[in-house]
Amino acid sequence: MTAVQTTAATRDALGPTLVRLQQSGAVDLVVVDADLGKSTTSRKFKDVYPERFFTFGVAEQNMISAAGGFASLGYTVFASSFAVFVEHAFDQLRMSIAQPRLNVKVVASHGGVSTGEDGASAQSIEDIALFSSLPTFKVGVPADVVEAEAMIEAAAKDSGPWYIRTGRPKIPVLYTDGPRYQIGKADTLREGGDLTIVACGLLVERALRAADALAAEGVSARVLNMATIRPLDVDALEAAARETGAIVVAEEHLVHTGLGAMVAQALATRHPVPMEFVGIPDRYGESGTWDQVLEIMGLTSQGVADAARKVMARKRR
Amino acid sequence: MVTVAQTDLQSRTRRIRRHIVNMVYGAKSGHIGGSMSSTEILTVLYDRILKHDPANPAWAERDRFIMSKGHCTPLQYAILAEFGYIPVEELSTFRQKGSRLQGHSVLGKPAGVENSAGSLGMGLSFGLGIRLGMRLRGQDSHVYVLMGDGEQQEGQVWEAAMAAAHHHVDHLVALIDRNGIQNDDFTKNTMDSAPLEEKYRAFGWEVRTDVDGHDLAAVEAALTWARDVRGKPACVIFNTTKGKGVSFMENNPNFHGAPPTDEEYVRAMEELPA
Repeated sequence: MTAVQTTAATRDALGPTLVRLQQSGAVDLVVVDADLGKSTTSRKFKDVYPERFFTFGVAEQNMISAAGGFASLGYTVFASSFAVFVEHAFDQLRMSIAQPRLNVKVVASHGGVSTGEDGASAQSIEDIALFSSLPTFKVGVPADVVEAEAMIEAAAKDSGPWYIRTGRPKIPVLYTDGPRYQIGKADTLREGGDLTIVACGLLVERALRAADALAAEGVSARVLNMATIRPLDVDALEAAARETGAIVVAEEHLVHTGLGAMVAQALATRHPVPMEFVGIPDRYGESGTWDQVLEIMGLTSQGVADAARKVMARKRR
Repeated sequence: MVTVAQTDLQSRTRRIRRHIVNMVYGAKSGHIGGSMSSTEILTVLYDRILKHDPANPAWAERDRFIMSKGHCTPLQYAILAEFGYIPVEELSTFRQKGSRLQGHSVLGKPAGVENSAGSLGMGLSFGLGIRLGMRLRGQDSHVYVLMGDGEQQEGQVWEAAMAAAHHHVDHLVALIDRNGIQNDDFTKNTMDSAPLEEKYRAFGWEVRTDVDGHDLAAVEAALTWARDVRGKPACVIFNTTKGKGVSFMENNPNFHGAPPTDEEYVRAMEELPA
């Protein structure tokens, strides 16, 4: 599968998907918001179901605990804001949702440094670590808008807490033939025998381009889209390690606490192989266009390809 | 005039206080002071006000009681035992390995516990979500949230207070146990929340204040008033005594979260006749 011209932001999936789900009658939705419904697109749900949409103002702690209250009555609750602002309510996520295992889906937009111009304060680079640290939460990062829609639907129909990170930039649509998303299953986008690139979010498309570059050098890279971070598809990772003997993990998140760290922990007990990591180094972001900031952080197809060359050199030693 | 019904309630509060002291003494940990200060409030609530069915704790139309001061589980479990949700014998398992009776409130452990708590300041928000969800379904059931006065220092309480008035929520009742003491010291020395009643009024709530939280008739009158407020959320501020019922625990900051010694236990039980 290769990237095509169409682009869209993963955040655009939220509002329309919620409307469709409520219309389907499959779920009994409540949507809560903290004054960013236009940006997260959840306000599109309000346009159709105003009585099921509740705004809490700029008060994320109250919104998250109230979401737990709604869910305790049996509603499926979607809470959204920017990723950095739901982080503001971490203890509420822990006490009002995670511990009682309530049916709240946090869909946060503007994840990662690709939020761009707003700078470090608006760029969530620690959200995957925070949500992955909460037992009972499932965590997902869709690779394109098609997968985002499928993931939101899967989360709505699954019981228990979820965190889904969506993004602001318009990125290439990968799943032009429709979604293949399954909870907790890696999707093999490209077969390969020399190494495996494990990626999530907008790094998936960059990993595919890196695999193209590597192919020109005679290196065959498998590409796994690890859209579900928790639960992690450890079986797919073990198979990749056994069959290709080297792993690169690429993500738009702090490199020491994200998908890469979790993949490394899983493989350390299953089948350790040489690994390299592409992620945000131990620093905060800055202003710039979204692709400029990604470049500053080394989150490019070139960066992924370089990591692949490095891991191949270690594998050959 | 003390009615027969009140005599009955008084014997309930005495049993509940003995349970509280027994549980904390047995567990060698737990929070006596704030449990004793809220004893009359919860006893009257469960006996006279709350629409509930211990035989069917999942009854969809029930009122919800939300324990926001989640450290006061000795009182919460004693109430659940007194009103038939759990056997009295189970109280001795409080804070023990394998027990349902966890140190702080955990939703569903046992049935009748409607929220998880322990971090302060979240119960009013959780209760607000429940009440808004009830309203969406056309249910007129009530939500009662018990908070401490130290808890009013949490900013989230005021986020919830603002949102409840904004959404014109009624059938939502905040019960504040103003015992004047928090973990380290007296509340007025730590972070004075006074004037509390004016703050809630300014946030758009109907408020009844300075209710004697240990006078059964006064508690019942205030809870009845709060239940019947329409168009706005209601708040009752009870003046209480931390550690009420045991002389040397009363108004003593040392009995917020510490268990009694062997000697203190004996003296406490002497002061709490069955």
